[in-house]
Amino acid sequence: MLSDMSLPWWAWALMGAGLAVFVAMIAVTIKRNRGMHRSLFASPYTLWMIIFTVVPVILISYYAFTDANGNFTLDNFKNFWDSHYEANKVIAAEAERLGVDYSQYIVRGTVNWDTLVYSLWMAFQCTVICLLLGYPAALFMADRKMKLGATLVVLFIIPMWMNFLLRTVAWMSLLEDSGLINSLLKSLGFEGVQLMYTSNTVLLGMVYNYLPFMVFPIYTVLNKMDFRLSEAAADLGCNSFQTLYKVTVPLSVPGIVSGITMVFMPSVTTFFIPRVLGGGYTMMFGDLIESKFLTEGNWNAGSALSLLMMLLILVSLSILRKVDPNGEGGGLA
Amino acid sequence: MKMKRFLLLLLVLTLALPLTGCQPAPEDAESGAPSSAGQVVNVFNWEDYIDPEVINMFEEETGITVNYMCFTTVEDMIVQVEANPGAFDVCFPSDYIIERMINKGMLAEIDFSHIPNADPGSPETCQTLDHLLSPDYDPENKYSVPYMWGTVGILYNVNMMPEDFDPETTSWSILWDTRFMHNVIMMDSIRDSMGVTLKYLGYSANSTSVPELFHARDKLIEQKKLGVVKAYQVDETKDKMAAGEAAMAVMWSGDAMYAIDNATDAVELDYFVPVEGSNVWCDSAVIPVTAKNKANAEKFIDFLCRPDIAALNWNYIWYSSPNKGAIELIEDPEGDYAYEYTDDLTLSPSEEIMNKCEFFRDIPEDYLGVYEALWMDLKNTK
Repeated sequence: MLSDMSLPWWAWALMGAGLAVFVAMIAVTIKRNRGMHRSLFASPYTLWMIIFTVVPVILISYYAFTDANGNFTLDNFKNFWDSHYEANKVIAAEAERLGVDYSQYIVRGTVNWDTLVYSLWMAFQCTVICLLLGYPAALFMADRKMKLGATLVVLFIIPMWMNFLLRTVAWMSLLEDSGLINSLLKSLGFEGVQLMYTSNTVLLGMVYNYLPFMVFPIYTVLNKMDFRLSEAAADLGCNSFQTLYKVTVPLSVPGIVSGITMVFMPSVTTFFIPRVLGGGYTMMFGDLIESKFLTEGNWNAGSALSLLMMLLILVSLSILRKVDPNGEGGGLA
Repeated sequence: MKMKRFLLLLLVLTLALPLTGCQPAPEDAESGAPSSAGQVVNVFNWEDYIDPEVINMFEEETGITVNYMCFTTVEDMIVQVEANPGAFDVCFPSDYIIERMINKGMLAEIDFSHIPNADPGSPETCQTLDHLLSPDYDPENKYSVPYMWGTVGILYNVNMMPEDFDPETTSWSILWDTRFMHNVIMMDSIRDSMGVTLKYLGYSANSTSVPELFHARDKLIEQKKLGVVKAYQVDETKDKMAAGEAAMAVMWSGDAMYAIDNATDAVELDYFVPVEGSNVWCDSAVIPVTAKNKANAEKFIDFLCRPDIAALNWNYIWYSSPNKGAIELIEDPEGDYAYEYTDDLTLSPSEEIMNKCEFFRDIPEDYLGVYEALWMDLKNTK
């Protein structure tokens, strides 16, 4: 059922040509400079990028615009808009064969669109919560008067040494009906509560996993900030709250933008967390793509969804870029 | 069998090397053969799906060398068999995959006169259970010999069931019972969940009728909206049940056996197939049409069907055995196992129920697309 990697000859030719151009460019650089040149140091990374970024994008685009037989088609995108698109064809053919009226069964399936909206909404909530939790934390960590700051940085980093799958599964043993929290509640004589398998559990898992990506960019910017600016603001009559929103926050905008990007991007594409903490009750866009590839074995439909996802991220990044035009927050946006 | 998703996940997560004793891919299966051609048999089976001692015994008794190779998904198995003609002499696909392989002309007719232990033509020696003979996927019983089988049913937590619960008279409707709010784990698997719902509604688990499929979808959506479903999962379910996290779960009998054995002390689990019947699955030995050592393959299959060997494998795998003689050995109170096999409803559902069970058939791909679209509607229900 899974497509084997039988690409048309021109796809191979294109890739071959790309590599040839790459080799030629190196040769030309060496010749022009009569030996080594600094730009040559970038060649390993360029090669890496060609193989693992450019080629996959070409492959995804190829699959998105072809059917299982490799013929050009836009059906994969029609399928995105109407998940019943293929099924409706089968149902219509069946109705004709049997000579019955199946018009009540010909409906539009909205799962892809709904899942996309749901994923964006979850990612938005996750980003806002991470910002609300992360900014004060970063502020606290960057405060020079705080001896605890450095310790906090380490405490934030330590969980990241663990694989994110394990961290997510660990939440399960806390939140389950027979988990730590419920056992504690019951031993204290309270009723157990249903903590697992809700949208909020998924949100919790996402915030937990992505919070460090918000804290660190902001922390880095705040840490580099000239603290004499705050002192000057205070000298000029600002109280501490005014200092915060007139001086500190505006100066940390690049960090905030970078943090938002780094949380929002993985949040939209989250998968696995909804399955483990959400119990498969709701899907996010990442789960949808995964099920297209792994459950249905439909690489073409899965690629179309992935392509739309990439487009969406590109659009959100270009919007964010307007806020931080110089890329001071690490230039991710 | 259906452990495949779990195994795949495990493989991906740990990047583990293939388990010892199993070569994953048949680069040159023939080269491992001793010089005397015909003294080798190339076996391609699921991971961890045979007692290793059985292979040693076969080699000792017959002098035939066994090249034992493993797969983790049937899709992979089919691809390997197609890509390496002659590399495999015996494979172990499941029911509807056998149908697909027969339709593709991939399977050789088995000469049952070489396999007296499973020859439907000689009832005195044939050990195969009657209900597994001439199955829908191989109606003339020409291509396959049952190896292990089981059902899809409900695994339940004995202490969470109401007083009046009787597994022998209970319908699938119990999955829609609001006394079990947030307490039922459904299977996140299209064919299986749709299949049991279709059975509940009195249809075939292989239905391709549009109104029937929509009826089943609406029933599943109703169940989700009622709030009885705790989660839709596959691989995680058996551990959840073993930990006492839910009252009931739709499950394969093989996984149910595992959960029952591994339940924590406070949790007592049991399994039943509801009265409307269910899906029955069967992993069988087949011989690819490209097999080079067909005679040895038949010897190997006959060996597997010998009661003492089938009992050894049963005791290793703990799925239902298709072998009458093996079941007698297992039940023998003086024997090695002394297990009350026929009283165990997980391994041995009543004949009445088995008559209502159906094998999965190979549904055409466009109709599978309808199944998938309807399943996504369920997933999209909030």
